Amino acid sequence: MASIRNELALANAQELINKTNDKCFLKCVTKPSTALSSSEETCLSRCFDRYMEAFNIVSRTYATRLARERLEGQAQA
Amino acid sequence: MADRFDEATQKELQTFLEREQAQARVQQSIHTFTSMCWDKCITGTPSTRFSRGEESCLANCVERFLDTSLFMVRKIESERGA
Repeated sequence: MASIRNELALANAQELINKTNDKCFLKCVTKPSTALSSSEETCLSRCFDRYMEAFNIVSRTYATRLARERLEGQAQA
Repeated sequence: MADRFDEATQKELQTFLEREQAQARVQQSIHTFTSMCWDKCITGTPSTRFSRGEESCLANCVERFLDTSLFMVRKIESERGA
């Protein structure tokens, strides 16, 4: 069971990394040149932090909403 | 392999798998929402923190998407009833 949980956690982390990569490359590396500039690296670093934060905001909002709908479902029953 | 487990263990495994699958579905939804709402709400260059507008947009985006899903279900049901 632990190995299944680990695999799911790994897949989750992988997806997050892939998404961050895609979104932040799009935002920060507008004209690819021969190396990442320091301003591009700064942008990527900030973007990474912001995407993690967005993930957390979405997580909390979704969890709260699910809990609310579960309560409302029980109240109606 | 399943026939080597006793009934109690099989039940425990089944419950575990169902719970992990449900959690995986929630996680996948969170990934989808984050991606979609990032595109909708974070339009400029990322800075050192979100503006309050960006934060509320992200939260609103999730709620409105779920409202939209409910709306569509009701609409389909009402059209079917007619």
